[in-house]
Amino acid sequence: MQPNETDIEENKGFDPNSTSGTFIVAVVLCLVCAVAVSVAAVGLRDLQEQNAKNKMMRNVLIAAGIWDDTKHTDADIPTLFENIDTRLWNLPAEGKPSGSFNTELSLDSYNQEDAASTPAGSIEIAADADVAGIKRREKVSRVYFVKDDAGKVKSIILPIKGKGLWSTLYGFLAVDATTRESRGITFYKHGETPGLGGEVDNPKWKHKWRGGDSSLMLRGEDGKVSLDVVKPGNASTASQIDGLSGATITSNGVENTIHYWLGPDAFGPFLDEFASGKLDVASADNPPAAKESETPEGERSPAAEGDSAGDGNSAS
Amino acid sequence: MSSQKAKDVLFDPVFKNNPIALQILGICSALAVTTRFDKAFVMAVSVTVVTAFSSMFVSIIRNYIPTSIRIIVEMTIISTLVILVDQFLKAFVPAIADQLSVFVGLIITNCIVMGRAEGFALKNSPGLSFLDGIGNGLGYSVILLTLGLVREIFGSGSLSLPVFGTLTVLPLTSDGGFYVRNGLMLTPPSAFFLIGLFIWGLRTVYPNQVEKD
Repeated sequence: MQPNETDIEENKGFDPNSTSGTFIVAVVLCLVCAVAVSVAAVGLRDLQEQNAKNKMMRNVLIAAGIWDDTKHTDADIPTLFENIDTRLWNLPAEGKPSGSFNTELSLDSYNQEDAASTPAGSIEIAADADVAGIKRREKVSRVYFVKDDAGKVKSIILPIKGKGLWSTLYGFLAVDATTRESRGITFYKHGETPGLGGEVDNPKWKHKWRGGDSSLMLRGEDGKVSLDVVKPGNASTASQIDGLSGATITSNGVENTIHYWLGPDAFGPFLDEFASGKLDVASADNPPAAKESETPEGERSPAAEGDSAGDGNSAS
Repeated sequence: MSSQKAKDVLFDPVFKNNPIALQILGICSALAVTTRFDKAFVMAVSVTVVTAFSSMFVSIIRNYIPTSIRIIVEMTIISTLVILVDQFLKAFVPAIADQLSVFVGLIITNCIVMGRAEGFALKNSPGLSFLDGIGNGLGYSVILLTLGLVREIFGSGSLSLPVFGTLTVLPLTSDGGFYVRNGLMLTPPSAFFLIGLFIWGLRTVYPNQVEKD
């Protein structure tokens, strides 16, 4: 790229060290580099977005206990997702403490991560209710219903996030159809210390969350969050789980995260409603993304409360 | 350029004039990305590509670079290439791009890239500069891959090869094997020790690398 620009200039008896020469070189170089970066960013965007989507879906499958790293590749994701219904849920808002299915937004284009940080797509959490330490949360969240072969809901996967020691942990929690028992947990993004807090990824710990050794109760009979992450080796009741050794703050962070997300301000009412059998999952379908307007801009309809309004431009 | 010189430019930096072991450049990333072999491999390839092409482009326009903004021009070219590499990694090897996270972006500040652009490319032809970039990238790669190999095998008992997947080399006691993992290998200081040993070995073979007291 650069040689062409400079070849032209060569013919004019060009002096790069003159003031105008310096400016010309700087401007030409910036233009060439900007074009190169833009072309790459636009050209690779679809692939990158697909990768990001696959990563999310893969983690849902991991939380559901369906994914096997040694057997499955990204190409299997659509097949594995056949038994999973994805829905959008309006989390409790002012005046609407119970929450409801959101049927206005399109599943394909709703960007939850972007929504969580925009004023339009998220709400501020009152300081006394913010046990997870996240300050804001999205108004609309994805929920995943994992069904068995007969079409009955086996478990529900909920996106969760909360503060650990150094970083916010992002993950998914799988809750049994009784809405009480834990069926698995996974974190796909965090910056905890490797070997200590980073052990939230440890397969042995995840095994416990899956109820591998003994069932783990997240909520009590009354629907209140009962989960208790205790010091390693001290778990005695069904609601208690051993924390990570050497990582008390991360362990407490995980506990607080679950207390927030399963609590009355987030998914608590949703789980209550599901447990009572009043929730009609099948009828609450989302409209498919409009084919001609797949850009997020096209989704910015006034009716869509909690619109993501994300440009999707930043490749964070 | 004579072919002998081209060969020297390409292979000297691998052992005789290794950027990490002799010039002690680019240490930071060598500590950060070598806990796994596949991470180290992708990082090594990325740095080699960036060094080679940035040296080549700087060399192509070396007669048109105003001396007053020389460093900024070099940085702009390097940054552009690093962003391109980052975009490609995110598109084609997302899992490793996630693990490398900020370190790909930090190739911009890798002293090797800047050092070769400033020290070699400004004075030499594009072809030779390109080879010099590849050579220094290889020198960096040799250290990175060695560290990645040793740290992963002794720290995690496994070896993650690009394309071929992860092999278990030493079964860990936590998985029912015999090997107790060496936690030190997963922490940055171990990379210092290993680089030290590497330099020792290198200077035993090439005594002229030893600094005079």
